[in-house]
Amino acid sequence: MQGLLGKKIGMTQVFGDGDQLIPVTVIEAGPCVVTQIKTTDTDGYGAIQIGFGVAKEKHVNRPSKGHFDKAKVEPKRHLAEFMVDDPASFKLGQELTVETFVEGERANVVGWSKGKGFTGVMKRWNFKGGPGGHGAHFHRAPGSIGMAATPSRVIKGTKLPGQHGNARNTISNLKIIKVDAEQNILLIKGAVPGPNGALVLIKKTQRAART
Amino acid sequence: MHRIAAIEAGQRREDIPEFGPGDTIKVHYRVVEGSRERIQLFQGVVIGRQNGGSRETFTVRKISFGVGVERIFPVHSPKISQIEVVSRGKVRRAKLYYLREKVGRHARIKEKREKR
Repeated sequence: MQGLLGKKIGMTQVFGDGDQLIPVTVIEAGPCVVTQIKTTDTDGYGAIQIGFGVAKEKHVNRPSKGHFDKAKVEPKRHLAEFMVDDPASFKLGQELTVETFVEGERANVVGWSKGKGFTGVMKRWNFKGGPGGHGAHFHRAPGSIGMAATPSRVIKGTKLPGQHGNARNTISNLKIIKVDAEQNILLIKGAVPGPNGALVLIKKTQRAART
Repeated sequence: MHRIAAIEAGQRREDIPEFGPGDTIKVHYRVVEGSRERIQLFQGVVIGRQNGGSRETFTVRKISFGVGVERIFPVHSPKISQIEVVSRGKVRRAKLYYLREKVGRHARIKEKREKR
């Protein structure tokens, strides 16, 4: 099992060992259902596709309805795919719960960050900006973006204004503080991208835990 | 939001006595020194509570060797073994930050007389 889909509920703090207050993100993870199994023979690689959340029947178009019918599962709102070594160990329609994860384990969490729109360099790249007052006309502009006749172009990757946020971000190696199988809730240390209620992907990490 | 409240409810301690700003309290706080655990006392005036469910904290101020010392404790911290209310104070505001500018006699707080 490689991971789960979930919904970010919000953040709070819990007491750890001793008096440490640990900042945690509450994630409602799963239960997810296996909707498709990909094997090396059929697809060239081994993976499982899982579904999460309830999709109303009127929102499911016929091709995806057929896809869900094939797996004999209720239509799901979100789908995700995880590469696995032996897809044969999974069954279609199998339910994956938060018990995929163990307390104390590390996980990577993927989320879609809050969109900030088209923003300037101060917000987007933490440029310092100008002095503002004392007769200065330099306020929030980026300033110089390069040299003159040589190279007479802007170097690629130069930090400029543009779309900020609403991007897929992965936060790696977050510690799982608590697994609540009854309520399908995971408490994960630290912050996770995206607003409350947003879809997140929780993956097992390949990295060794730092002690 | 209520799902977070449910998680926080499990963190709360019900054995903490009622106290508020102006009260003088003794906080029995567990301190780990090496492998030994002992209880440290911190006595002073509560100058405010910062509410927030299980994340609620309170600030205690005392004068130690002529220097003002303030400590912030989480109300529901498992490290607090006991809270003793020494005396109740009669105050007219929730945050007694004005005490920081007062020294000696001016930093007194009137005692609250319980009505019978």
